[in-house]
Amino acid sequence: MEKKIQVQKETFDLRSEYDHLRSVSLKVGAVVTFTGTVRDLNEDESVQVLHLEHYPGMTERELDKILVEAARRWGVIAATVIHRVGDLYPGDEIVFVGVASQHRGDAFAACSFVMDYLKTRATFWKKEKTQEGERWLTTRESDETAADAWG
Amino acid sequence: MTVKIVFFANLREALGVDSVDLQVSGSSSVSTLISQLAKRYSSEWLELLTAENIRIAVNHEMINEDAVVVDGDEVAFFPPVTGG
Repeated sequence: MEKKIQVQKETFDLRSEYDHLRSVSLKVGAVVTFTGTVRDLNEDESVQVLHLEHYPGMTERELDKILVEAARRWGVIAATVIHRVGDLYPGDEIVFVGVASQHRGDAFAACSFVMDYLKTRATFWKKEKTQEGERWLTTRESDETAADAWG
Repeated sequence: MTVKIVFFANLREALGVDSVDLQVSGSSSVSTLISQLAKRYSSEWLELLTAENIRIAVNHEMINEDAVVVDGDEVAFFPPVTGG
């Protein structure tokens, strides 16, 4: 499996990430990509800034483990995770996950799995800044349930 | 021996510090480190670091309070993650 893991302040270019996943091997028959973006409303409050903090070193290591686990469960030829940190604004891209496989079933499942595991294991924390002040987000039970469902 | 201890997110803000170097004798468990930190700073530290939802990692690997740390280790305390 060809792995690409990046934690960065800058945004990413969907086209070049897709091209990279395709270019890894001519055996690639399916590329599934997911992009997470910043919502402008969360719990009925207008979000002005979403600040992303992470644990350098551990984050990359956890993301690597998640990709390795995905490749153990499904056929994965190439996988990419890009996660942004720092101050983000409504409409900004936060996270990109892309998986290239021979067949779509593996690519869909692996992409979904990587996102579910990323949300519950990778060492990122979000803080929202709204008109009313700052607030660290807490884990959603639905995210835990989604990750647990993979067994 | 010296271990580096790092804190993240709301825990870091509550403690008012992002990292501390702690001198400990021989090999100590993480719970011993927590007691020493509470002695050095305040009892509030004990409360915050032993809160039910706090996760602990040693050298970037998740562990529990019984884990033993050695010289040069990096110990991290943080709340549940919320990325993605």
